[in-house]
Amino acid sequence: MKTEATEPVDKSGAQRPGLLRTLEIDTRLLGMIGAFVILSLAFNLITDGRFLTPRNIFNLTIQTVSVAIMATGMVFVIVTRNIDLSVGSLLATCSAVMAMTQTQILPNMLGLGLDHPATAPIAIVVGILTGTLIGGFQGWLIGYLTIPAFIVTLGGLLVWRNVAWYMTKGQTIGPLDSNFMIFGGTNGTIGAGASWIIGALAVAAALYGLWAARRAKLAHGFAVKPLWAELVMAAIMSGAILGFVATLNAYEVPVRRLKRLFEARGETMPEGFTAAYGLPISVLVLIAVAVAMTLIARRTRFGRYVFATGGNPDAAELSGINTRWLTVKVFALMGALTAISAVVASARLTYHSNDIGTLDELRVIAAAVIGGTALSGGFGTIYGAILGALIMQSLQSGMAMVGVDAPLQNIVVGAVLVLAVLVDIIYRRKTGDGA
Amino acid sequence: MSTPLVEMRDISVSFGGVKAVDHVSVDLFPGEVVGLLGHNGAGKSTLIKVLSGAYQADAGEIFINGEQARITNPRDARGYNIETIYQTLALADNLDASSNLFLGRELVTPLGLIDESAMEAEARRIMARLNPNFQKFSSPVSALSGGQRQSVAIARAVYFNARILIMDEPTAALGPQETRMVADLIMQLKSEGIGIFLISHDIHDVMQLCDRASVMKNGKLVGTVAIGDVTDDDLLSMIILGKNPKAA
Ligand SMILES: Nc1ncnc2c1ncn2[C@@H]1O[C@H](COP(=O)(O)OP(=O)(O)O)[C@@H](O)[C@H]1O
Ligand SMILES: [Mg+2]
Repeated sequence: MKTEATEPVDKSGAQRPGLLRTLEIDTRLLGMIGAFVILSLAFNLITDGRFLTPRNIFNLTIQTVSVAIMATGMVFVIVTRNIDLSVGSLLATCSAVMAMTQTQILPNMLGLGLDHPATAPIAIVVGILTGTLIGGFQGWLIGYLTIPAFIVTLGGLLVWRNVAWYMTKGQTIGPLDSNFMIFGGTNGTIGAGASWIIGALAVAAALYGLWAARRAKLAHGFAVKPLWAELVMAAIMSGAILGFVATLNAYEVPVRRLKRLFEARGETMPEGFTAAYGLPISVLVLIAVAVAMTLIARRTRFGRYVFATGGNPDAAELSGINTRWLTVKVFALMGALTAISAVVASARLTYHSNDIGTLDELRVIAAAVIGGTALSGGFGTIYGAILGALIMQSLQSGMAMVGVDAPLQNIVVGAVLVLAVLVDIIYRRKTGDGA
Repeated sequence: MSTPLVEMRDISVSFGGVKAVDHVSVDLFPGEVVGLLGHNGAGKSTLIKVLSGAYQADAGEIFINGEQARITNPRDARGYNIETIYQTLALADNLDASSNLFLGRELVTPLGLIDESAMEAEARRIMARLNPNFQKFSSPVSALSGGQRQSVAIARAVYFNARILIMDEPTAALGPQETRMVADLIMQLKSEGIGIFLISHDIHDVMQLCDRASVMKNGKLVGTVAIGDVTDDDLLSMIILGKNPKAA
């Protein structure tokens, strides 16, 4: 809650009708993109152009996916004034359950072997159920038994890491089902043509979104942006989408790998044949999660209640919102997203290992917080968290590429996290955008 | 007389050892404004929070239209068309006016998604009636003045066709002009047949707006009087001395 002394500031900023205001661009988003661009350009300069190659961008993207998916869920957790320290360990439990399902339980009980078409879907469903149930259970302890989230999930951090260990007897489980592994990144890409089609569909969806929003405003007689501003936004969004697709499509499958692929099919590779990886399936999963979570945050009652509860829990309760059940749902959702991340993470490794997801809780929380989620509750965006994950991963990969020593890398990442929160606090103070 | 809209019988609430409300009975008829008076800590807010579902009584019964009502949470109260304007404004600071207005009862599209523009249009419609100067529909309510925030809280109670309205010190944070706006609104709602419990410290307001007044002291009901039968001083002595002039 605010102190009475703070003078309310008009966030709409009526006195500065600048370009940004006309375009209705979120200045925080712009700041984050700016930071990301500067970071990328700096690394690119230091590495003599190796940082911004299609290959590195491709790798950066697939490395970000697992943390980014969980970060979208962490936004809801933190917005409702909670925290989840158990996601890295829960990821390990989900990964272990899915690995055991496909390598032991299904073959032994149902007689479905590895690479049977039903194996991967069943394993994934089992994994998501596991994550949802465990998350929901933690949410119940927090919401109904009123044990602080910090404690429940700190306990969870120990419990789920070791449940995974206990189940697998500490053994690495692999290789995994080949259909399962298409979610891992390099092992599952859709090629250049399909990527362009997806890009075109995304552009169409973005344009439709802009148009539908404008039409709804006009229908109710509200003010709309000038048409040119709308067109500029449309151009920026289309350019960003198609630019991303073009970049990933520019990363070609190495010739040796292509040769092997052809040989595996008993064919010989035509001379001069090239193929691009295109969009990884894991990135498509992240995009689907991002769209779904944004829709949930902005356009569903559940999402609205998440933000209301974070802003003022008493007001939410008095408005008839069942905040305890809401807590269960928020943590169950976090668990489901953690399970999806577990699919991506174990598929990328091609096996389940004991230490999968270690320290992910810190990366995920950092991504959400760098992305502008306020620990005091009530504020946060899905795109911010994903951008936060991307910034964290770029920092880490960039430093590794430059050859910064491992301890120094972690020192920098830790310092950046603290600094990002400080910048955020100053920004909020200036805009009066809550505290 | 007809059946009361609300009858709270023998309500008791304790917090630990403190008897915040001690065997209090009050009632309310349609189109009536009943003032609840008493010093700070007399138990007024606690009593009405039992009716609005925020607290549960340890003992006592509530009747709505003569039928026993079970109110165990704010949703139950809304089911009986009881709306409350709380003393500490129950608004989510981070959300805008229309989100707060519809909190817990959002308008949705046929697909079940929140219909933002319809909600804003409705919010503009009701605010035009309650507070025509209100324009800040896209700012979070943390950016609003006390009076503007209060009009959002009032709009929320009025919009959903309340039949029983509880106002806990609705003008405590307002300037004179906004106070007059609230007074006008109370008279208007009363004329529409809504029953209103008005908690106020301002004897003048109570004498002007209320039909009856119930006075509380230290959790106990001192008495209920018809405003026409008493003077300012009678009410003051009930509040301060805890003595009912009739009973004396
Ligand atoms: N949630 C609570 N927990 C503990 N004590 C409370 C609570 N709410 C009210 N009280 C106590 O109950 C008594 C009545 O308070 P209240 O109903 O707020 O009085 P009023 O609204 O008449 O000023 C006071 O002694 C107050 O301290
Ligand atoms: Mg009070």
